[in-house]
Amino acid sequence: MERVTVTGPRRRRPPARRRAVTAEIDAQTQLGEVYMRALLRAQLRLSLAVAGVVLGLLATLPLLFALAPRISAIELAGIPLPWLVLGGLIYPALVAAAWFYVRAAERVERDFGDMVNRS
Amino acid sequence: MSSPTGIAAVVLTALATVLIGMYGVRAARTTSDFYVASRTVTPWWNASAIGGEYLSAASFLGVAGLVLAYGTDMLWFPVGYTAGYLMLLVLVAAPLRRSGAYTLPDFAEARLESSAARRMASILVVTIGWLYLLPQFQAAGLTLRTVTGAPQWAGPVVVAVVVLVSVLGGGMRSITFVQAFQYWLKLTALLVPALFLLLVWVGDGRPELATPGSPVFEEPTSVEVTIDVTVDVPSQISVVADGEPLVLEPGPHEVSAGTVLDFPAGAPIPHASSLTPMTGESWALPLTAGGDHPLYATYSLIIALFFGTMGLPHVLVRFYTNPDGRAARRTTLAVLGLLGVFYVLPGLYGALGRLYTPELLLTGRTDAVVLVLPARLVDGVAGEALSMLVTAGAFAAFLSTSSGLTVSVAGVLSQDLLHGRVRNPVTGFRLGAFLALLVPIGLALTSPFLGIADVVGLAFAVAASSFCPLLLLGIWWRRLTWPGAVAGLLAGGGASTAAVVVTILGGPQSGWVGALLAQPAAWTMPLAFVVMIAVSLGTQQHLAPGVNRTMVRLHTPENLDLNRGDWDPEDRWRT
Repeated sequence: MERVTVTGPRRRRPPARRRAVTAEIDAQTQLGEVYMRALLRAQLRLSLAVAGVVLGLLATLPLLFALAPRISAIELAGIPLPWLVLGGLIYPALVAAAWFYVRAAERVERDFGDMVNRS
Repeated sequence: MSSPTGIAAVVLTALATVLIGMYGVRAARTTSDFYVASRTVTPWWNASAIGGEYLSAASFLGVAGLVLAYGTDMLWFPVGYTAGYLMLLVLVAAPLRRSGAYTLPDFAEARLESSAARRMASILVVTIGWLYLLPQFQAAGLTLRTVTGAPQWAGPVVVAVVVLVSVLGGGMRSITFVQAFQYWLKLTALLVPALFLLLVWVGDGRPELATPGSPVFEEPTSVEVTIDVTVDVPSQISVVADGEPLVLEPGPHEVSAGTVLDFPAGAPIPHASSLTPMTGESWALPLTAGGDHPLYATYSLIIALFFGTMGLPHVLVRFYTNPDGRAARRTTLAVLGLLGVFYVLPGLYGALGRLYTPELLLTGRTDAVVLVLPARLVDGVAGEALSMLVTAGAFAAFLSTSSGLTVSVAGVLSQDLLHGRVRNPVTGFRLGAFLALLVPIGLALTSPFLGIADVVGLAFAVAASSFCPLLLLGIWWRRLTWPGAVAGLLAGGGASTAAVVVTILGGPQSGWVGALLAQPAAWTMPLAFVVMIAVSLGTQQHLAPGVNRTMVRLHTPENLDLNRGDWDPEDRWRT
């Protein structure tokens, strides 16, 4: 049987930079809390924006079908529009929203890491 | 399909599951710590495993059955199952992974530092798990009956035995390979026959799926009734019953199992009394199903599915196998892609079923459409092979979801409810697994058949009204207290469970009361949020002392050198 060594990611800790924001966060000083709240707010704003746009668009669909029945009667290539949207087109749109979110959330974390390590 | 092929498909799936499971366990034993080893799994494999566990009988069989009976509105089920993962991704995925929680009670304890909140979460995990297992077992009974003619109780028992064997053999170890294999099996099992079905349909000159007016038998049709059913005859029909001419008067008729009914071409289809007949026009248009208040029913269903996914017990366990929060996000993105590819297919089966297998409206077994359609449209050996494929896929759906749920429920039962009564943790887990299966099997054998996707929808409603507020407020709002969390779980979880029990035991009610009870999420989820926030604001003296440290743990990327507290769920496996 092969023996596998499991290691975590190597931690960078240049001594000159260490005594900085990370220490403030660890000590839960006011400055550290300001950084944490900024991170939380940035992430929450991003999450709510993506969730809000997707939910908003999806939630208007039933209303649209209810208020403007003529839209439901439109056919593309012989398939009624509601079937086309709910049965297929909606899925690439959901994946695209997810892809956008993952990139944006990773950028927020990178910026936070830069900020914490720089000062 | 003949019984030997059906039995072969079931046996092969079960065998492949057990064999791959054994291989997975062996691969895992080469490292000292299984749980760390499992984190070397790439996001792609992990995503396949999550997809495999998530695509249950409701997705594989139930959605197509609902689309066959009720049309456009039912496409919201697969859309909701997928969009639920998007909500999970943007609101909880990375923080939940970073919390280190292995189960929902773990999360409640880590965030709120309270054993009362933990116990409340445990009770809800068991409730949701049982509610979700019930339709899996009913679907297993339906499948075995459809493909082999076995009695209704055989399916649940076979699934339970295979699950019990694999779960007890693998123990708490989550077997990524099995679940990943089952995703690809399920996708192949729907995709390949679907291509053949489309070819046949195009070859027929692309006939209209639902002709205007009430559904009729387009051709002379012979229907064999395999389970007693009450049908509503819309107008007088002359049929041949078991070789004898018979005139069916309008009104309800009881048809006993074994009867063969021959309908002439153009005869209106008598619907099983459990189904609401729909004309071709309303079937093809949205907002026509859902009883008296279709707009409310649609919105409530959307809320339940979008926000229920994050609170399902078997979903969270799988996130733990990601190495860090960033990988958890990327895995979820891949899951969304895999689900999107899969969920295009069930609607297709339902739509073609409306055209080619209308007799299911009479027998009421619309959930079987995926199983019977391939053999109906494709003749000979190819048809047999395709039937075998869909049967194997359906069986994989019961096995993967049931074993995932059983592990989650058994873990919670043994840790939180049997703890202290049973000394040996392994014995406790086995006892837990046994209990986890016993209750839903008992329910499956005694309760009436309600439609697979409907009952799963109710499980989502309970999850959306209990764990969704707990996770969202726990992750994003520091002032959540344990009394607030417990009160919110009691209010939302209790109200939605009560609505579910009334619907299951009492049957569908009419009017607004019926709509509110059949689709409770739209009022029980806001209720849970309001109670959780209000009680938390009134009990600020009970704030978790380490909440700021917990927030650092939940939200900062792992590559930053920060103090994240010393709570570690893996401690319990190190002793």
